[in-house]
Formats: sequence, structure tokens, C-alpha cells
Amino acid sequence: MKKILAGPIPWLTPMLVLIFGVVLWPVYEMIRTSTLEISGSGKEKGFVGLDNYRELLENPNLVGAFVRTIFWVVVVVTLTILISLALAQLLNQDFPGRRYVRWALIVPWASSVIMTATSFRWMLDGYYGILNRILTDLGFIDESEVVEWLGSSSTSFPWLIVVAVFVSLPFTTFVILAGLQTIPNEIYEAARVDGASPRKTYSSITFPLLFTSLSVAAVINLINVFNQFPIIWVMTQGGPGYDTDTTTTLMYKLAFRSQEVGQSAALSVLNFAVILVFVLIYLKATGFTKKEQD
Amino acid sequence: MKLLKKSSLSLMGALVAAVFLIPYIRMIFTALTPANELYQIPAEYAPSTFEFSNFITVWESAPIAQYLLNTLIIAGSATLVVLVVAIPAAYYLARFRFRGRGLILLLVLATQMFAPTSMVIGIYRQFVSLGLVNSYVALILVNAAFNLAFSVWILSGFFSGIPAEIEEAAMLDGCSRFTVLRRITLPLALPGLLTAVIFTFIAAWNEFVVALTLTSSVDVRPLTVGITGFIGLYEVQWHYVFAVSLIAIIPVVILFISIEKWLVSGLTAGSIK
Repeated sequence: MKKILAGPIPWLTPMLVLIFGVVLWPVYEMIRTSTLEISGSGKEKGFVGLDNYRELLENPNLVGAFVRTIFWVVVVVTLTILISLALAQLLNQDFPGRRYVRWALIVPWASSVIMTATSFRWMLDGYYGILNRILTDLGFIDESEVVEWLGSSSTSFPWLIVVAVFVSLPFTTFVILAGLQTIPNEIYEAARVDGASPRKTYSSITFPLLFTSLSVAAVINLINVFNQFPIIWVMTQGGPGYDTDTTTTLMYKLAFRSQEVGQSAALSVLNFAVILVFVLIYLKATGFTKKEQD
Repeated sequence: MKLLKKSSLSLMGALVAAVFLIPYIRMIFTALTPANELYQIPAEYAPSTFEFSNFITVWESAPIAQYLLNTLIIAGSATLVVLVVAIPAAYYLARFRFRGRGLILLLVLATQMFAPTSMVIGIYRQFVSLGLVNSYVALILVNAAFNLAFSVWILSGFFSGIPAEIEEAAMLDGCSRFTVLRRITLPLALPGLLTAVIFTFIAAWNEFVVALTLTSSVDVRPLTVGITGFIGLYEVQWHYVFAVSLIAIIPVVILFISIEKWLVSGLTAGSIK
């Protein structure tokens, strides 16, 4: 018994089995599927090489979804980081009631994104939504006016962005807050003694020291936002038509709506390649190559 | 001056809190709205009376209990699997240097970034070929596997922070490595364990895409998917949708708030070290 417990095998095997069996196997399955022709009922009809990729590239909705995805990721992640920096700064101060503000921030984090997005969809409803009521009372829109916020992509896509930022803020804020609290107080005192202004202190002490937690938060957000499905699915289903689809929702629609499983797998392989790039950035950001490999 | 600064911070804090609570306050109000006030034009800020019976009606008319049970079984088992698998792995990675350690750490860190959403086609095809579609096992395995890396990462951060000397002393007294882990190391790493447990549990509790793809019947379908059944294309019974949402949200929020104290230190150890 003692001898068996001495090697790495009994300690690590269960983890490796789970990672290879459930995380990496689907990757293989995905790549394999992308080279097969699959019938609507899911039967394999043989190897077709890169045909699925070719068809995918000819799909009229691909370019729009792709451009939208880039815009979506850049805007949501940037806004999330900027707002979180401010929120973390606020929550790092000592003031009465801070505890309850942190609790409030936890609510969207703990809640299922599906349910949060559903609530937004209901608040944005053209006829029965509370938002139009508030805007009417404030005099921004007429009483008889029905603004269908989710009815066209020019208004629904900005709202999707708002909701995506909303659900990303808690985690990001807490990661940055964790980063802020690792900065020793002595450094701030030294800066004060040297007569540094608050702005100078922030730009030359706080921000550089936050760099690691910021980049971790940024990459985790990149991946989450890139993969974001529930918000879009609940609020617009990528519609009207394909007007608010990202590559993630398009991938789902291809497989489960249009029965184009091969094309969908090809798209998910492309998505996956993008994620791998993010992973490499993440590994670099966490300093993995330097610290752990030796 | 100081008082002024503090109270303005409090005011800002209150505003921030209010913004973050808006969708949930709306949810509570809608869940308590009588059916005949639901589709009023224009919308009212609050219902005329609070119709608490909505909760009972929805509980009795839809298989909420079954959905909730499914969610609980899936999230609970996935968390258990993660603990059983992650603790030994994280412990070994934190305590020992061996050939291939760097490679395994790389694997863990990389798979932490894999999200099931982008791989749902592969997951679906895999479980079809295994004949496990529409089963608890599939959802438990997927939720466990995709949350495993995060827990290993957090736990090994905590284990590294515990001095090896404490363990060596106990081993000199004749305890086995396993006993030391159970009696000494795990209790000391409790904040890390709690963070790992809560994160896994909540991720599994809220998981949607895989459950949407892999389940086809009420007896295994979790609440996140079940609830979309109320949202048809035309008439949506919003008061019921939100009553169910609240039933799902409230316990998790309480759970999360109860570890709020450790949340920051957990994140520091896990994602930054």
C-alpha cells in the first residue's frame, strides 16, 4: 500500500482520466466530425475532407457573425475591465455598508445567466416592459409609442452588450479586488511621504502592480464572452434572422436548427482555434512558462 | 471632511448595489404579480397586491420539484467527483517534484480555459456514441470535468501555502501520508476547499448549454433548461418563470454570500499565484 502511494500514478490518474476522457475526447470528436458528412438524423455518411469548411466559408451568415463576434468580445471585455477597475477601487475603500454592496455584487454572479437575461428581456418588452414605462414617465418617449428594443439588431445588440457586461462585472471586480489587496500598504505610505498625487500613485503603483490580476481577468473574460450563449439565446436567439448571431450561436443553430452538423463542427473547430490563441495568451499572462516549467 | 468622504462613498455604494439588484427586484415583483395584472399597458412599477400563491401554483402545475432534484443531483455529484479527483491531484502537484509535472500543470491550466459551449458538438457526438445522452451520468461527468482544472489550481495554491514541516512532524509520529492529508492538511486548506466546492457547485447549478443539448426528458433535465419551457414564442407566463427563477437563485446566492469572506483570498490563491 505504502509503495503504491509513493508514485504519482494513484494521485493523478483520476484527474487525467477525466481530462482526457471528457475534455479532450470531444475535441477529437469535433475535429473528426468536421471532416464527415452527417445526415440530418445524425448518421455518418463518410469522409469528405475539407468540404464542410468550404461550405461553411460560403455560408452567407458567417462573415457577419464573425465580425460581430470580434466587436462583441472587444467591446464587452473592454467595458467590463474599465468598469470593474472603478468598482474594485470603490469596494477597496472602507465605508459603512461596504459589505452589503459586495453582497449585491454577488447576486448576478451566483444567479444563472439564463434567468438574469430573461429578466432583462422582460424589462425590455415593448408593450409590458418596465423600461418603456420609465422612459414614458421621464418624458423620453410618448405614451402611445412602443419601442421594441429587442425587435431589431440596431437596438438589441447594444442591449445584449449591456447584459453581457452586467454579468461579467462581479467576477472581474472581485479578481481585481483580490489583486488590490495583495498590494502592501507600506508602498502607499511611502508614496504619500514622497508627496505623490493620488493620480500619480494610481498610474505608477496601483496599476502596474495590478497587471497580473488584470490580465488574468481579461483573458478569462475574453473566453467567457467569446463563448457567451445564454444571453443571446434568451434575448434574441441570434435574431431577427441571423442579425445578432455570434459564431457561438451560429454554431448551435447550424447543428440543431439547420441540421448542418458537419458545418457546425467545422465552425466549432475554428472557434476552438481562437480559444487556443486565448489560452496561449493566458499562459503567458500567468507567467507559466517562466515559473512552473522547470 | 472625513465623514463627508465616507458618506459619499456609502452613497455611491448604494447606487452600485441598486443597479446590480435591478433585474432581481423586477423578478421578485413580477413573480408576485397577480395573473390579470401581468399584461398591463403601460407596465406598473409594482403589483397592487403581492400574490404569494404564484409560487405554490407553479410548484404544483409544473415539474419544478423534479427539475430542482435533477439540478441538485447533477450539481451535487459533479462537486463530489471534483473533490475526490482534485484533492489528491492538487496535493501531489503541490508537494512533489517529478518528471512530467510541468506538462501536467500545463494541461490543467490550458483545460481551465476550455468551455463546454464551444465544444458542445463534440460533447454531444461523444455521448451519443457512448449511448449516454439524456442521462445524469453525462451531465455529471461534463460538469465535473470542465470545472476540475479550476479546483486543482485553487487547491494546489492552498496546499503549497501549508508548510511541509507540519506534515513531516506528523509522519515522524507514524501517520501515513493519507492520514496526514485527511487530518492536518485538508482542515488547514478549508478556505480553498470551500472556494472550490462553491465554484463547482454554482457552475454546475447554472450550466445551460450542455444540459440543453444532452437532455430530452423531464426526468433528467435541470431547472435552467426546464425554465425555458415556460418561455414559449407567444404568451409567456412571466410570473411563473420568475417564481421558478427565484426558487433557483435564492439558495445559491445565500451559499455564495456565506463564503464572501473567503472569496477574495480564494481568488488570490487560485488565479493569481
